[in-house]
Amino acid sequence: MDLFNRTTAGGTSPAGEKPARAPRRKAAKAPRAAAAATPIEEAAPTAAGLPAEAAPIEAAPAEAIEPAAAGPPARPAIARRRETAESIGKRQRDISVAEFFQKNRHLLGFDNPAKALLTATKEAVDNSLDACEEAGILPDLDIVIDEKAEDRFRLVITDNGPGIVRTQIPRVFGKLLYGSKFHTMRQSRGQQGIGISAAGMYSQLTTGQPVKITSRTGAKKPAHYFEIQIDTTRNEPKVLVDREVEWDRDHGTRVEMELAGLYKKGRRSVDDYIVQTALANPHAAVRYQPPKGDEYHRDRITSELPREPLVIKPHPYGVELGVLISMLRETKGRSLSSALQADFARVSERVAVGICKTAGLRPETRPKALGVQEIEALFRAIPKVKIMAPPTNCIVPIGDELLLVGLKETVKAEFYTSITRPPSVYRGNPFQIEVGLAYGGELPADELVDLWRFANRVPLQYQQSGCAIARAALTTDWRKYGLQQSKGALPAAPMVLFVHMVSVWVPFTSESKEAVAAYPEIIRELRLGLQEVGRRLGGFLRHRRRLAEEDKKKSYIKSYIPHIGIALREILGLTKQDEAKVVEVLTETLERSRTL
Amino acid sequence: MSQPTVTKKIKSTAEGVHRDILKRRKPSLKFPLRSLSNVKYDPKAGHFEMRGRTKERTLTVSTVKTFAQTLRMMALSKQLVDTDDIATKREAYYVSKNWDDARFLEQPESDAVMDDVEALFAVNREQIGFVPEEKGGEISGKLVIVDKDSETGKPLRIDCTKFGSGAYSIPISVEHLKFETDADFILVIETAGMFQRLVKHKYWKTANCVLVSMGGVPTRACRRFIRRLADFKKIPVYVFVDGDPYGISNIYRTLKVGSGNAAHLNEFFCVPQARYLGITPQDIIDYKLPTHPLKDVDVKRARDAIKNDPFFQHHKPWVAAMEHLLKMGVRAEQQALAKWGLNYVIDQYLPDKLKNTERFLP
Repeated sequence: MDLFNRTTAGGTSPAGEKPARAPRRKAAKAPRAAAAATPIEEAAPTAAGLPAEAAPIEAAPAEAIEPAAAGPPARPAIARRRETAESIGKRQRDISVAEFFQKNRHLLGFDNPAKALLTATKEAVDNSLDACEEAGILPDLDIVIDEKAEDRFRLVITDNGPGIVRTQIPRVFGKLLYGSKFHTMRQSRGQQGIGISAAGMYSQLTTGQPVKITSRTGAKKPAHYFEIQIDTTRNEPKVLVDREVEWDRDHGTRVEMELAGLYKKGRRSVDDYIVQTALANPHAAVRYQPPKGDEYHRDRITSELPREPLVIKPHPYGVELGVLISMLRETKGRSLSSALQADFARVSERVAVGICKTAGLRPETRPKALGVQEIEALFRAIPKVKIMAPPTNCIVPIGDELLLVGLKETVKAEFYTSITRPPSVYRGNPFQIEVGLAYGGELPADELVDLWRFANRVPLQYQQSGCAIARAALTTDWRKYGLQQSKGALPAAPMVLFVHMVSVWVPFTSESKEAVAAYPEIIRELRLGLQEVGRRLGGFLRHRRRLAEEDKKKSYIKSYIPHIGIALREILGLTKQDEAKVVEVLTETLERSRTL
Repeated sequence: MSQPTVTKKIKSTAEGVHRDILKRRKPSLKFPLRSLSNVKYDPKAGHFEMRGRTKERTLTVSTVKTFAQTLRMMALSKQLVDTDDIATKREAYYVSKNWDDARFLEQPESDAVMDDVEALFAVNREQIGFVPEEKGGEISGKLVIVDKDSETGKPLRIDCTKFGSGAYSIPISVEHLKFETDADFILVIETAGMFQRLVKHKYWKTANCVLVSMGGVPTRACRRFIRRLADFKKIPVYVFVDGDPYGISNIYRTLKVGSGNAAHLNEFFCVPQARYLGITPQDIIDYKLPTHPLKDVDVKRARDAIKNDPFFQHHKPWVAAMEHLLKMGVRAEQQALAKWGLNYVIDQYLPDKLKNTERFLP
């Protein structure tokens, strides 16, 4: 498309309009007939056998001079056609995903320099943590960002993960939509296999530099060093360097890239992302050297790896029609009933037969013989059959205790609490909500609450307003718990609110994975979690207010009782001893009676 | 009430408090409730009287500050009485600045405590040594006031016809004054402006009367002065104020029957013989007076008077007049008469009105 446009535009600009000129003069005489005739006349020569693309271009200069001399320039034609189905058809071809994302990089979180730096860091860190956990390794993460030139950064992320086998390295980093996680239903940070290669592509686009990867899979294996670029038209990696190197690590991966970016502090910064990532991953040790300022280092809080998330089959309630069709096309089950039982979670023979009957299909039907209409009937039958909720042991939350320890370490506050809700299900996908809260202390008092959102242990930093988590926090009545809150806003309080959703499939609103979609079941669980921590905060605030009142009363008694003594001495002419006695007795009386 | 009695009262109250404290009981003080809801209108006596409802201030953690301040105010009062000295409200407020934590932050706080003490002992605040700062009002006309020279103690005759374009100022304390007059009535005027017009044209000479300027809500001294003069010569008192809810319910009513705030003193500080000359709601129609619309506060005040004020409730003509005013939704000032000429008030309005004094509102 691009190529073609450029060619057309290459001629003088009126060129494209010329073919329409001649018929237009006719149109002036017989407007109605001409309007219909124009396209046919114009299209005829091209259809007649001239090379489709060449036709308009070559025709243009030929006629270009003539009408210019003929008189005043005419208005552009109303209806023109320079293309035929055939001419278009010749240009119709695969759009490379890489090319698509090159033009739509905002979908992946590379829409502005500050966000690009964050997204690149995030993709690399997500991958490292996922890899470590899958391999059962306690992660040691090392992140270094330095400013090479103005608005140009070098990002180096090193992990102690299992490493990547040599043959896969080019594809993992140089091909979009290549990964291990898309096809499984398992809780993980990455999902689609776009992230790290998109980061590499962004780096390539903004600096022309290749991504540099060092990886080693074991002490007895050599470390490999790669420099890779992406061929964006073919969505294939281009290997510039591939050699063995010495590396001081037994296993792990080091990714280095250069990219245009913007480093800033504060909310939505890389710094915040790192701190929050450490909080959500208490089993990871994190070291981070920002371009400016001090190094951040957080030792692991626990040396216990999170339980390994189990791979589960999809639950029928969550399946979409298209997915169902392809599942049945590819199933190994020989009958419809056995296919349903084999490929879905919680489908027993009874349930499978129930679905088939509701859909008006025979359970023995060969799945591959089913027509689209029959599959659609099957799809419509699923919600009508009662199916047990999917197993929920497949998801692994941080846990309220570790969350609490992490919060205390991360935020200097006065009051902390955390809760992990029991697992629940939306559209057949098990999920679980965790909420934590830190209040008071050194947190800024007059600002809106700082909402930290997480999905599968990944901090979400953009698109807060479009996120189910924010919506649940906004619609919770925090005034009930003693906070100030304007309508439709987060409460204003010295508070950090931590909200985490874990699921085998987090329903993000876009590919850049910044906001969770608002399914009613998710909103409900979020609210229950928020209300619980809210209640606990309310209890704390009430208790604190009572203590403050008690203190105030104590100081009241201390400040004013002496004056009663003075007044009585002055009026009654008491001695100093009498006065002291009054003060002493009265203080006792009031302190005893103090109702607290 | 003689001075020793005041001292005695203060002492006995303080002794009660002292006794309670030593017995480890929480002392309490009983104050008459100072509000319109605690007064009744006694038509025979002609003023507001207390209904005897009290509020009790028990010494607790939350009242300890006010309690301490009340006791210290009592101590100050006793000291003033004992030494035959006086303090203005403002001075008392400044004395409290010496009380550390118990000091008053703003004068209204100290005024309220002072009013409490005054009501507690059912005395006039002058009797407990506190004097108001406010000026009492002005007099012009057919009246000779006999005061005393503060140095020699000799009688001092003050002729109120001889102030020229000025006037005689009512002193804070009027109990010792004597009067000589052959005036036919006392005309009490709300605004200093109208008073000046009448003085300038020597209306007191034309109508053979005494002119009093209140300058807004009459002070205690002003009310007491008019009361003593009217009682002494048995002459009628006519009141000339703005035709609005403030002029009627705040100024006129306070002059005639006293205030709800210091009801224990109304017996002395009221002028039951006062009658309302104008501006009446009917005047607005009869004299085609220019008006302003009633403000929200005016409407609220008028409704409140009809609903809650025992004085208005007792006098049906007043309820009717107030409702009339509310219905018209307008108010008219004394000066509105100037529409018909600056001296229309002297030449036409007042003579007209004075022909039918029996029609004045009660």
